[in-house]
Amino acid sequence: MSFVDNTSTILSSGVRLTVPLAFAACGEYLAERAGTLNISVEAMMLGGAFASVATASATGSATIGLFAGAIVGLVVAVVHANLSHRAEINTFVVGLVLNSVVLGLTSFLIATSRFASHQVSQVSIPGLRDIPMVGDALFVERWPVYLLIIVIPLTWWLVERSRWGLELRAVGENPQAADGTGIPVNRRRRQALMWCGLLSGFGGAYLATAEVGSFNANMTAGRGYIVIAAVIFGAWRLGRSMVGCMLFGLADAMRLALPALGITLNVQFLIAVPYLLALLAMLIFATQHREPKALGQPFERGSS
Amino acid sequence: MSAERTGVSLVRRTMLGLQPSRSGWQIAGMSAVAVVIVGALSTLLISSTGSSPTAALHALYTGSIASQAAWTTTLLYAAPLLIVAAGSCISSRSGAFNIGQEGQVLIGALAVAAVTLKLQLAGWALLVIGICVAALAGGFWAWLSSLMYRISGVNIVVSTLLMTFVAQQLISYAVNTSWFLQEPSVAGIAPLPESKQIATGSQLRSFGSYPNLQLSVGLILALALTVAVAVTMTRTRWGFRLKMVGLNPLTARHAGVRVAALGGLALAISGAFAGIAGAVLLTSPVGNFRLQPGVSSNIGWDGLLVALVARNRPIVAVPFALLFGILRSGGNFLSSTGVPPFLVDVVKGLLVLAFVAPPALADILKRRAATRRASASGRHAPALQGAAA
Repeated sequence: MSFVDNTSTILSSGVRLTVPLAFAACGEYLAERAGTLNISVEAMMLGGAFASVATASATGSATIGLFAGAIVGLVVAVVHANLSHRAEINTFVVGLVLNSVVLGLTSFLIATSRFASHQVSQVSIPGLRDIPMVGDALFVERWPVYLLIIVIPLTWWLVERSRWGLELRAVGENPQAADGTGIPVNRRRRQALMWCGLLSGFGGAYLATAEVGSFNANMTAGRGYIVIAAVIFGAWRLGRSMVGCMLFGLADAMRLALPALGITLNVQFLIAVPYLLALLAMLIFATQHREPKALGQPFERGSS
Repeated sequence: MSAERTGVSLVRRTMLGLQPSRSGWQIAGMSAVAVVIVGALSTLLISSTGSSPTAALHALYTGSIASQAAWTTTLLYAAPLLIVAAGSCISSRSGAFNIGQEGQVLIGALAVAAVTLKLQLAGWALLVIGICVAALAGGFWAWLSSLMYRISGVNIVVSTLLMTFVAQQLISYAVNTSWFLQEPSVAGIAPLPESKQIATGSQLRSFGSYPNLQLSVGLILALALTVAVAVTMTRTRWGFRLKMVGLNPLTARHAGVRVAALGGLALAISGAFAGIAGAVLLTSPVGNFRLQPGVSSNIGWDGLLVALVARNRPIVAVPFALLFGILRSGGNFLSSTGVPPFLVDVVKGLLVLAFVAPPALADILKRRAATRRASASGRHAPALQGAAA
């Protein structure tokens, strides 16, 4: 194979691996801006992936499955939100528990049921698809990919331009002050988590019904944690988080493609790259105060 | 006062911390109801697959506590769980929430495997050195997170979490690299991603030569460490400082406690405990005596859950570690009844909720009652309607 062919293969595989991360990262970004360091994004993606395959099999429509996945992601988010921002249980504890429960539940259910395979259709944009190298990667994709064109700007607008987003940011930076001005802190955080659940569920569903067409136990395999790493790597800015997703998707694609190309590179290192880059980014950016100030801290009225 | 009486009163005073307070009974009641709900949900889940819940329960019982052999396996799982949990109590008490035990367990396992396979010494000496090195390695791995916090305020929860995935890849690298720890290939067969088996002399001894019941030294070590943690936290000046840092770092600093150093040390100690757990796991039969990518089999995550359920009280962690050990060893027997063993993960997660949610709910109920009293007596209520809305 020529260099152009190789690059094109890796690129299109990279784009396909990036898309689920990008959906979930939009959600995680918004949740973190509101001050929830949501680690149950893995559970949301996994739940969404399972629900999409199950629903697609039941209804015979992959599209319905896709949206069912988003709904189940939302359900996981509602559970998380109420446990951590209403019952005031430590959000990390809730996240750990949800990850364990959803992983167990989906593995349990897939071991006891059979689903027919359904996949959403592919869109191929005439003209643009003939561009060398990137044509295949960007313009011959399953249609949900193009939803990102709406979702990314929408998330940006919600956070940076809407009143709701302004309140979210206030809640993430200084919940006491936000509370003082009459913003319902915990309700905003719950709402932010729901957006995160919706998008993460959709990202997981995309992985299952658009790319693979079936579900297997622990299908997301830690992608939720990569999403967290991407948002941190992006220093809590949406654009840079998306770049992070892209980078981590490409690293994944490289890992899969390199053996076929006969290039030996340390596989373990490639897998560890997202986490190492996120840690490095935190070391660098933490001193620049990019992090939402109240990230990960519970809000309780009256406490300093 | 004689030494004996001092000892007795020490034990008594340590146990006093376990006495339920008034709201303790309320919490216990809610937990009991929640556990019943978990049982009902699990029954529903098993029935939905067409299997019999009683058969599943029987399999769980057979695999975990029905025979001496089953008890042996259960206790082999319980020991590393308890060690991880005891360590987690220390870091959580100091306010540094470590959730990277899984990675620290792996690093401990890596260290003990490297020492026992690479050094040439008498078996028992290798084991002792191996466990010490595992403690150091696990502690170092956790200390890196505290270092990152000191340098630029990196969130400890996030860094310990991410370091877990780095640790996983480090283990994978170790067992896939011939000069490192991968078992040399036998002629013609592709080498597996695992290390050689460690020599019999460096495996953890078991004693009590009953027909089948064997008590591993690991269990004794786990219990000893747990008691040590309990005594240290409730009875020593250091433990008091630790608690102070966890409850109010600012007050602790004004009282002359070196908050950052103490927090970092607590994190490192919890990592060291996880490292020891990894060493105990690898040198016992349930760890197959060799380094494999899946050697920790979620012991780190589960040990953390045990500590959470016990709400960071090491003595309370003992029965819960046993319970989680039972679920593990019993879960291996579930598949024979047609129930996927993943059921155990669901039950574990829900059990944690059943024990973690009631204290939080009791807290809210108490505050609501206070608000109601305040508004009834006409004073301005410390508005809590936001939480209720």
